[in-house]
Amino acid sequence: MTPSSNRPTYYEELRQKGYSRRDFMKFCTTIAAYMGLQASGAAQVAEALKSNSRVPVIWMHFQECTCCSESFIRSSHPIVADVILDKISLDYTETLMAASGHQAEAAMHKTMEEFPGEYVLCVEGSVPVYEDGVYCCIGGRSAADILQETAAGAKAIIAWGSCACNGCVQAAKPNPTGATPIHKLVKGKPIIKVPGCPPIGEVMAGVLVHLVTFGRVPELDRIGRPKAFYSKRVHDTCYRRPFYDAGLFVESFDDENAQKGYCLYKVGCRGPMTYNACGVTKWNNGTSFPIQSGHGCIGCSEENFWDNGPFYRRITNFPGFGIESNADKIGGVVAGVTAAGIAAHAIGTNLRKKKLIDDLIAEGKESDKELS
Amino acid sequence: MATQNLRRVFVWQLPIRFYHWVNALCIVALCVTGYIIARPPAFQQGTEASFAYWFGINRFLHFAFSYIFLFNFLFRLYWGFVGNRYANWKNFIPTNRKFFHEMWEVIKIDILLQKDKEHLAVGHNALAGFIYFFVFLAFAVQCLTGFGLYAAMSDWWLPNLFAWVPGLFGGDFDLRQIHHATMWFFIVFSIIHVYLVFYHDYVEGRGETSSIIGGWKFIEEDVFIKELEEEKKEEEEFKRKVIEGQKA
Repeated sequence: MTPSSNRPTYYEELRQKGYSRRDFMKFCTTIAAYMGLQASGAAQVAEALKSNSRVPVIWMHFQECTCCSESFIRSSHPIVADVILDKISLDYTETLMAASGHQAEAAMHKTMEEFPGEYVLCVEGSVPVYEDGVYCCIGGRSAADILQETAAGAKAIIAWGSCACNGCVQAAKPNPTGATPIHKLVKGKPIIKVPGCPPIGEVMAGVLVHLVTFGRVPELDRIGRPKAFYSKRVHDTCYRRPFYDAGLFVESFDDENAQKGYCLYKVGCRGPMTYNACGVTKWNNGTSFPIQSGHGCIGCSEENFWDNGPFYRRITNFPGFGIESNADKIGGVVAGVTAAGIAAHAIGTNLRKKKLIDDLIAEGKESDKELS
Repeated sequence: MATQNLRRVFVWQLPIRFYHWVNALCIVALCVTGYIIARPPAFQQGTEASFAYWFGINRFLHFAFSYIFLFNFLFRLYWGFVGNRYANWKNFIPTNRKFFHEMWEVIKIDILLQKDKEHLAVGHNALAGFIYFFVFLAFAVQCLTGFGLYAAMSDWWLPNLFAWVPGLFGGDFDLRQIHHATMWFFIVFSIIHVYLVFYHDYVEGRGETSSIIGGWKFIEEDVFIKELEEEKKEEEEFKRKVIEGQKA
């Protein structure tokens, strides 16, 4: 991104805030590693943050719980929060900005007018579309309206968290407010999906730094998630994977196998179908992640994870057959009914087609006689 | 009573029989290994994880058989265009009123057990053919969902041709559900399929069961001649239409 104004660069801002060059370089190295860049990538990141003036960011909060922001400000390096979330870098975010009311709205409009086609729009939360969007209004306007207005001039849109990516909990059946993910409402803009409830802080920082460093959207997968963080399943990077391949499973949370740290597959772990970086990046400064603390993955970064329950069972409920129904139970019943039907049919055949069968037998016996 | 003269008809060509048995083996293997993947039994082992790999082997078998299944299926589709008249794709898709009429006949005689009548089809009867159409659809569903799930684990281009499938459903969740539920279709189908083979063999005495081993079926001479005549009539009708078309 070319410095389009006399705004200070990221590096200058940081020095003003009291960070040393050493701190800055540490941050660049850390984030480059998280982004999956090679060793020399750290220099690229440093160069970009030194020469590029900061990218204006508008951060919208719609139907959400702010856990994405919480996760972000707790990412492992303090510069992440300072650089991007602190007021110096964020032009508008209801939750963290000092201004409120009309002043906040003014700040948002100022950014939109001054940097059309340059600012990054971050969206946290889904947008309700039922009843003209009255279920989420900010400053008297519906989230749907605000989204369209802010998206129009955005360089790119980042959909933070599962809410913005797939609707998350509020889009679970029956989705009373018509909670809709961003990609279904905004067309013609690059949208980066960063799902998770919340996404990992380092992943969020990595996506933003990638935008700043390379000036373009990171490589995305088919669903629109950055490949650097979402191309592997939690299962593929899980340290309990050897137990899975060895067929050593926890049968219930209080058994001996659970103590031994066996695979949580049979108690409903969603690791094998969840694409996220939890296994490598982990949480809380790389301390742990759910599976490491003995709980299966609930698949929070996957679409419909909330409807695909129960969390503690391998086979999910089968839609349309009530609670406590799974494909195996239904399949078993169908197979049983089929077997019963066949038995009835077999009996019926012998009764109803008796003459036919008798004729066949008689014919066979006749031929047999002729032979002897 | 009088014995009947039977005519021998070569119905199932060798590639069809080969396909059938490879397919049967694959479906049994895939159902068993697949069910174990979905619900692994609790083998309590004292061994360290580094010395055991049975679940990995089970998955490997599932994937290996799925490749065989896929290629076998593709071969069958191909043979539907180049095989004999009993293997032709027209046996599976109702294209004319005669097809529907025959389906209704089969339902009356074989399922409602209308008394002392027998329906004699040389190849697939119309109802069976139509049901096989749905079986082929189920094959396609299993290949799409299965390889769709597998794509993320593979670097090879072939499974990665299916990498778009999870995107349709937003992820692997629903894909697994569909893949698993469709397995039950195969189980139920197999039960009915085997039973009906026995049933036909029993009430017709024409070597239904052995036909898929040797390829031969037997048919009463008078029925055979009737079939032949109908066949000729149809052919002439077709020729007449073609000539008329050329004139017009």
